[in-house]
Amino acid sequence: MKRFGFFVVALAFVLFVGACAPAPTPAPPTTAPAAKPTVAPTTAPAPAPTPTSIRAALTSGCHLILSTTTSTADSGLLAFILPDFEKKSNCKVDVIAVGTGQAIQIGQKGDADVLLVHDRAREDQFVKDGNTKERFDVMYNDFIVVGPKNDPAKITGVTMGADALKAIANAKAAFMSRGDGSGTHAAEMRIWASVNISPTKDLQWYNSLGQGMGETLLSSNEKGAYTIADRGTWLSMTGKLPNLVVLVGGNDISQNKDKALFNPYGLMAVNPDKFKGINAEKANEFVKWMLSVETQKMIGSYKDKTGQILFYPHAKQ
Amino acid sequence: MDELSRGFFQALELIFSADPALYEIIFLSLRVTGLALLFSTLIGVPVGATLGLSRVRARGFITVLLYTGMGLPPVVVGLFVYLMLSRSGPFGALGWLFTPSAMVTAQIIIAFPLVSGLTMAAVQGVDPALRVQVRSLGATRAQEVWAVLREARLGVVAAIVAAFGGIISEVGAVMLVGGNIEGKTRVLTTAIVLNTRTGEFSLAIALGVILLGLAFVANVAMLRLQGKE
Repeated sequence: MKRFGFFVVALAFVLFVGACAPAPTPAPPTTAPAAKPTVAPTTAPAPAPTPTSIRAALTSGCHLILSTTTSTADSGLLAFILPDFEKKSNCKVDVIAVGTGQAIQIGQKGDADVLLVHDRAREDQFVKDGNTKERFDVMYNDFIVVGPKNDPAKITGVTMGADALKAIANAKAAFMSRGDGSGTHAAEMRIWASVNISPTKDLQWYNSLGQGMGETLLSSNEKGAYTIADRGTWLSMTGKLPNLVVLVGGNDISQNKDKALFNPYGLMAVNPDKFKGINAEKANEFVKWMLSVETQKMIGSYKDKTGQILFYPHAKQ
Repeated sequence: MDELSRGFFQALELIFSADPALYEIIFLSLRVTGLALLFSTLIGVPVGATLGLSRVRARGFITVLLYTGMGLPPVVVGLFVYLMLSRSGPFGALGWLFTPSAMVTAQIIIAFPLVSGLTMAAVQGVDPALRVQVRSLGATRAQEVWAVLREARLGVVAAIVAAFGGIISEVGAVMLVGGNIEGKTRVLTTAIVLNTRTGEFSLAIALGVILLGLAFVANVAMLRLQGKE
């Protein structure tokens, strides 16, 4: 019967040790196999990973919270450029990668120091509400319409996104929408509105997923459906989407003739007068750094695993 | 199927690769869940035992509350903790949002009803004659509670095990309040979501296998300690 008491003590001890165990000691950077980009990004010019213990994470000096869209993080761009900022400013950047809708919401509550998002209408609203002092152009890429190879809506060769969506609606061909309030979702809705179609859940062919770009592309691939994607995510995942092809927008941005498919990213430091605890000094430093000639060059030089350029610098110098 | 088998082998490969990023994720998962389990056990077991032994009028109502709490969707808990810890929320000054502390807080709220509710049920299942007997032998109130808990140990350990399983595999809350920050708040479950999102299915499966393995080892350890009587 003594064993139960022993169990309680042992459990407490195990949990306590588990909780307080020091962080793993810094190990030399391993050359991670290319198949696992998200555990250890291989694209980054390998700064030694600096493990943080709970205590270190809680107490250590400088942290800048960057709330951004999944495309900038999942594409590997941030892992490529951020180490330069962290070195120069001696400040760690915590990346919260969510849909643009949630990213802006986080900024609106003052829970991030700086935002990198792509939904012009909501960015302008963010400025108007006084949540930031200024919005800066920083980079762009474009949206494309992708769909099944057999192309039931016959949009191959169409150059305008609006015409393509209209044809998809007329053909009642399956379409996957992000449906998550992201920047890509907002762009899609703008195009539907431009052709006076308001897709609803009652339409058999229209699927509002409420998911990220990756999941939406994967679902489209499974179901043989059309969707609108940002080119960066598309390029980073093409190998996993054997049933889909680009139908509007061409093979690179220079072949994209539709202005409505232009996808600019905005950079905004959260207004420190509005919220307590904003790291305004580093946020402004970050904005300056992002817009600097060197960083802009770095953004334009970033290539993904397949050797494609994903983002184009766009800052006014 | 291809993805499944590849995922399984990749899991083995990952475990033996000594990849520091992976171990960081595993340690953080264990640390966050361990701390949350520690706190919810320290609070939940006494609360559950007290409720199980007492004759308060409101016990029926409290029981319903606790059992309902077991069904709390983790995302809702996460959203609640997020709004509390947000800079524009009541506890924003703590600066806990997007840190492991926020994740521990959310997981305590998820685990507490499990620990206390199941402890209460276990204690209620103990033969009342035991208490009479212990008291007649001159035991103090604390000794009496201890005797009952010892008798109910199977159920109490089951409560802790259930809570452990509930929070180590939970993703909705830690994603929201932790933010899945690489090297800081990324745990096994959020890494699985990230890899699923980006189509790295076999890596996601590999991390899932590792998570299962951890849960298995933890449960074996807990059941061992519990004894076989």
